[in-house]
This record gives sequence, C-alpha cells and structure tokens, in this order.
Amino acid sequence: MTSLHVGTLDQPAAAGRSRPGEPLLEVTGLCVDYGIDSDAVHAVLDADLVLHRGEVLGLAGESGSGKSTFAYAITRLLRAPGVITSGAVRFRLGQGRDIDLLTADEAQLRRLRWAHVAVVLQSAMHALNPVLTIGDQLGDVLRTHRPDMDRAARRDRAVELLDMVGITADRLRGYPHELSGGMRQRVTIAMALALEPQMVIMDEPTTALDVVTQREILEELAALRDRLGFAVLFITHDLSLLIEIADSIAIMYGGRIVERARATALFRAPRHPYTLGLLGSFPSLHGPRVHMTGIAGSPPDLRNPPAGCPFHPRCRYVMERCRTELPPLRPVARAGPADPRVVACWLQDGSAPPPAELARPEPGPGPGPGSAPAPGTAADVGAGATGGAA
Amino acid sequence: MTAPGAAPALPVTGTPVLEARSLVKHFPVHQRGRRTQRGAVVHAVDDVSIAVPEASITAVVGESGCGKSTLTRVLARLIRPTSGELLLNGSPAARRDAREYAGQVQMVLQDPFASLNLVHTVRYHLARPLQIHGLGPEGDNLDDEITSLLERVALSPQNAGKYPHELSGGQRQRVAIARALAVRPRVLLADEPVSMLDVSIRLGVLNLLADLRERERLAIMYVTHDIASARYLGDTIAVMYAGQIIEQGPAATVTDQPSHPYTQLLLAAAPDPDRPSPPTLRGRGAPPSLVNPPAGCRFHPRCPFAMAICAQQAPPGIEVMSGHVSACWLHAKDADSSTPENPGPGPRPIPPTTASQQDSRPPRGEST
Repeated sequence: MTSLHVGTLDQPAAAGRSRPGEPLLEVTGLCVDYGIDSDAVHAVLDADLVLHRGEVLGLAGESGSGKSTFAYAITRLLRAPGVITSGAVRFRLGQGRDIDLLTADEAQLRRLRWAHVAVVLQSAMHALNPVLTIGDQLGDVLRTHRPDMDRAARRDRAVELLDMVGITADRLRGYPHELSGGMRQRVTIAMALALEPQMVIMDEPTTALDVVTQREILEELAALRDRLGFAVLFITHDLSLLIEIADSIAIMYGGRIVERARATALFRAPRHPYTLGLLGSFPSLHGPRVHMTGIAGSPPDLRNPPAGCPFHPRCRYVMERCRTELPPLRPVARAGPADPRVVACWLQDGSAPPPAELARPEPGPGPGPGSAPAPGTAADVGAGATGGAA
Repeated sequence: MTAPGAAPALPVTGTPVLEARSLVKHFPVHQRGRRTQRGAVVHAVDDVSIAVPEASITAVVGESGCGKSTLTRVLARLIRPTSGELLLNGSPAARRDAREYAGQVQMVLQDPFASLNLVHTVRYHLARPLQIHGLGPEGDNLDDEITSLLERVALSPQNAGKYPHELSGGQRQRVAIARALAVRPRVLLADEPVSMLDVSIRLGVLNLLADLRERERLAIMYVTHDIASARYLGDTIAVMYAGQIIEQGPAATVTDQPSHPYTQLLLAAAPDPDRPSPPTLRGRGAPPSLVNPPAGCRFHPRCPFAMAICAQQAPPGIEVMSGHVSACWLHAKDADSSTPENPGPGPRPIPPTTASQQDSRPPRGEST
C-alpha cells in the first residue's frame, strides 16, 4: 500500500476523478469471519473483486451468501463479532494515490467515508434519524465534511441535492415519517451523493419498495450516474433486476464469488451451474409458460459448510472431484481477451466440454465494464454542481 | 363512491368454491387528539367481486396498500366485511359456523418464521388442527396422517419431530402448507407465500401449490406483488389498485395483452432481463389516499390516457376479450362521444407495452 498522508483525503473527490474504466476499488483475498478460532463462521472467503470507475457492479446472492458482509467489510463498517481475517482492499483516489481500507486508521477512514465512498442501506426509515428534519440531516453531513461552508451555502446545497432526486425544497423542514417509502429512499440517495463520492455502495436499496417506485428510483440513479460519474456496487438478491441495470455482475454463493461477467454475458451465457439455476428461478414475463424448477436443496449452512465446492450438494452436474476439491475462480476457458470473465467451477476447467447449457455462445460485444457511462464529461458537470462545496 | 356500475366479473373456468360479490371493507379512521372528519374511513376494499374456482389458481396482484391482504382476510373471515356477500359452495358463508368455515377455507401466511410456534414440533403443528376440527385419528393412525401430510408437501416424515428453527425457510413454508391441508380444506388462501423465501427455493413452493391444484383439486388464491410469478402460477390474474380490482382475466392474456393502463404500468416497471432497452413508465406517481379516494376511476390522476369521464364516473367492468375484463373507459364503446373535451386527438388506442403475441388489440373504444 502506498503510504498516504492524511491531507490527501481532504481534496475534493472530483479532483481525483479521472479516466473511466480504470480500477477504482480492488479487493483481493478478502476473508471475513463471524466469531473467532474454531467457532468462527466464514462469511466471506477469499473474495476478489474489481470495481471500475463509473461502473455499476452488481453483487447478487441469496441471504447468507455474504454479500452484505462483503460490503460492510470493505467499508470497515463491520461490527463485532465480524472480523476481517485477511485480504486487501485498495481504493484508488486517483493521481497515483492509493489507500488500503483494511489498514487505514480511524482518521483516514473518517475522511474517506461519505466523501469518497458512500453507502445507501435497504431500510431508509432506519437510515434516517426520525427526530431530525431532512434539512438538518443533510446539513449535518455538509457541516462535518465541508467546514468552510456557511449555513446559507449548506442550505443551498441541500436544496440542490433534493432537487437532484426530484424532491421539492419544502421537504427540508419535513421529518422522515412524513415521507413515503420511495421519497425516504430518494433522500438517502441524495445524502449519499452530498459530497460527490466516487463510489456508492447500495445494499438492497429498492427491495422494500413497490415495483413502480423501484423503477423510478433506478431511472433517477442511472441519470445521476451518467451525470456525476460515480461507480456503484449494487447488492441485491434480485438477479433479474440486476441484469437490467448493472454493467457487470458478480454472483456469491456460500461466502465465495463463484462467477463474474458482463451482465449480458451472464444472462445469455451463464457458466456456473448456480448462476444457471438462479436465472431459472425467475419466471419470465414473456413467451409460453414453462415449468421451472428453481434449485433443489437449501443454501449451505455456513457453520458446517460442505467440503469441496460449496454448491456441490445442490448441483445437478456434480462430479466426484467437486465433493473434495474447491474449484478456484479463474478465467473461463476459450473466453476472448475482451471479455475477462471468471468462474469457479470444475466443469469449466477445459478438460472436458461443459454441458450445452453452460456453454452457450457469448453474446456479441456489448458495452464493456466501465465504458457504458461517459464520466469524462460527467466529471466536469459534477465538479460544477459542487460549486462552493469544493 | 361504492357502486361503480358493475365490478369486473370473473371468467368462470370451474365451479367457484369461494366467491365474493361486491365485497366492501372500510376501516374507520381514529385519530387521537385530533378532530377528524366524522365517519372518515379507509376504503381498503371497495366493491370487489372475485371467484376462486375449483382446481385452479387465482392470482391477485397489486402493490402494497392496494387491499390485497385485506381481501384475503375477509375471504378467510378473519375480519367482517362492511358489506357484500361471501359464498362458499354457493351458499352464504355468514350462515356457517366459524370453525366449519375454517374447515373449508385455510390460509398460508407470508412469513413462515412467524407463523409457526417455535416451542412446538412439526408434529404438534400438524396434529393440532386435526384435534380442533375433530378429525383426530389417534395413536398410529395419527402418525400415519402426519406422515401422509408431510409427504403431500414433499417433506420427509423424519421432519415430524423437528422444531421450526431446525428447518430452512422453504421447509417451514411447506409445514405451514401441510398444516393448512390437515383439515382437508377446499380453498387455500396464500398471502405472499414465497416473498420471504430465498430466490432459489421460491419456485419449489410455487410448484407445490401448482401440484396441489392438480392433485387435490384445491381452489387456490395466490396473493402477490410479483406479476411475473402470478403469470407463472396463476390460471387467472386479478390486478388490484387502490382497493379495487381493475383488470381480471386469464393469466396469459392479462400479462401479454394488458388492457388497463395500470396493468401496463406494473408490467413496464417489473424487472425483465429480456427487455432490449429501459422501459418507459407511463403513469408515474403513487397510489391515492384511500380515505378520500379520487372520484371516478381511482387511477385517473396518474393515467396517461385520462379523459374527462374518468374523473366523473367510475368505469364499469368491460369485457375486452372473452373472459378478460377491464375497468377502464378506454374500452367503452361510446367513451369519446361523451367526452368532447378529451384532450387527445380523437379516440386513443391503448399502446401495447409488451410484445403481444396476437394482434387482437382491445377492439372496443378504438372506434366511435
């Protein structure tokens, strides 16, 4: 890790923004346990993930797959008994300056959080303080991180932020309970974007919302992302939604990342049997109604994980090797260089042709990771929007 | 407004086992310390008619607050309707004793973590309804009955001695379904039975419901917010909005050729990986207050096709195709003649939102 003097972090995030498509966050070998010693439950195991600038990276998995633990660990928000046992999380501030989030001290983290990395949680009601007005809560962020702003400037910025998510300024004096669920979630998104972070982690941000509200918020989010150029780590169990909104997707199962690919490639040509099963768990809105089976069995008990591949007890393609040997996450055989997709499955090790449904041809070259947004211009707009804040 | 002409009638595909006619449920509004409008009520369910036929699955789809759970509770007779009629096997349900009714109509609730008692075993959960309803075989026969119940929901008989915490979410929901089956009901009311379950095991439970429809000829009402699963499982779909059923018909036609603008909105907003480009939402906004619902059609303040008549008069159920009923003025034959101030250029056809398989667009309302 590059040594970092604390002052570096005080520079506005917009200054650190540079070319799209270059890595912003690199997670390598992250392991997270709950509890210690022999009682420990391994919630995240050896997770590698790269988030590029301006990219929407989806993290999908069932409950208990470790996706939320992953997000809390990389932001160092994990509480006891959660323990990060190994790994590195490199956050690139730009201009060659990096910081390892796992070794950063409290002062560094305090400057980094919200200004560079913001979080939107599932339950907006719990994320907002019920006894403070919306205006106070927005002002609080700005007062802490932008001490040079005066009261009027903070208010202007708060109005601007609410306007960004389609909420009128008169709501500044309102309390969270006076807002609908969708508006509350919009407020938490506005708060997350208050300091123009380069990365926003969203943990099931729309799961509690109705489908129309969910779609409206996702539309706004896409527009904001295009304008401000932040990267999103979007965590959800709803893979069908993720395929629509994400540039690339990582699938977690039993604490491990089992497949990562571009969203369209994952949807059209899954390579891991779990991904295939998950895709087959969402009934379609079109075409003939066909019988679907989901995935037999239950998600693994992390207190007593299966040997070998964590998915082998539910896998319909299970081989002898799967029961004893853990498949490494590695590039798919025969994948083109333009599509660096990885999968952890013995079927894809190149020794034998995989079953036809796991060897569908890749879809044509679509927008690769990070190339979908155009943050080159977006950064300028974003910097302008910051105005006095920067 | 409680009498919008005629509510959409259900296309009857089998003998309706359970039928609701013009069901109304209003909850009085009490606000402590504040003078409220005298007699203010929440119009949770307004003039809903629905039939649940034998050996079929009727899916009720709607967003939170649309009244779908209230409807389920009224149908289960957990709450008394303000007005309207409830018929079980063709005779008024009100005349029946509550226990006798429960012997015919059973519920499966959303959260299998809350609906099972954690201090009791699976065996207890299954034996209890048998005892209460006087069906109780004893000794070995009871064991046989419990084994058979578990097998009917595809659980191993060894689970009988387990406690709820020893089971996975999917297994718990299967126990809840087995418990409902114990009294040999004819109707199963399933209120969001899979929304608390993990994605990969949802289909297993849905397929079990489909199985029970075939095997036991159960009349099943499947209540959900997920229109894709309603399409998968349902024989018919009823779409609810603001306490009313606004469209009802065969599952495939409701989702492939939605005729009500709200159904189109729901389908446009639903996640769909097959969609080539991001959807356009027509009719943004939120459902109305149910204390003072809008006059006329309750969707008209959001409706992209709203006409003058929509604000004045509640639309009747109009049959747009055989067995497919839509409560929307766009499908009325002479809708436009009565609305000279219609802002649009003449009669407007409803635009297709999903790839329609047939070109039989709603024939009515397009020509005056």
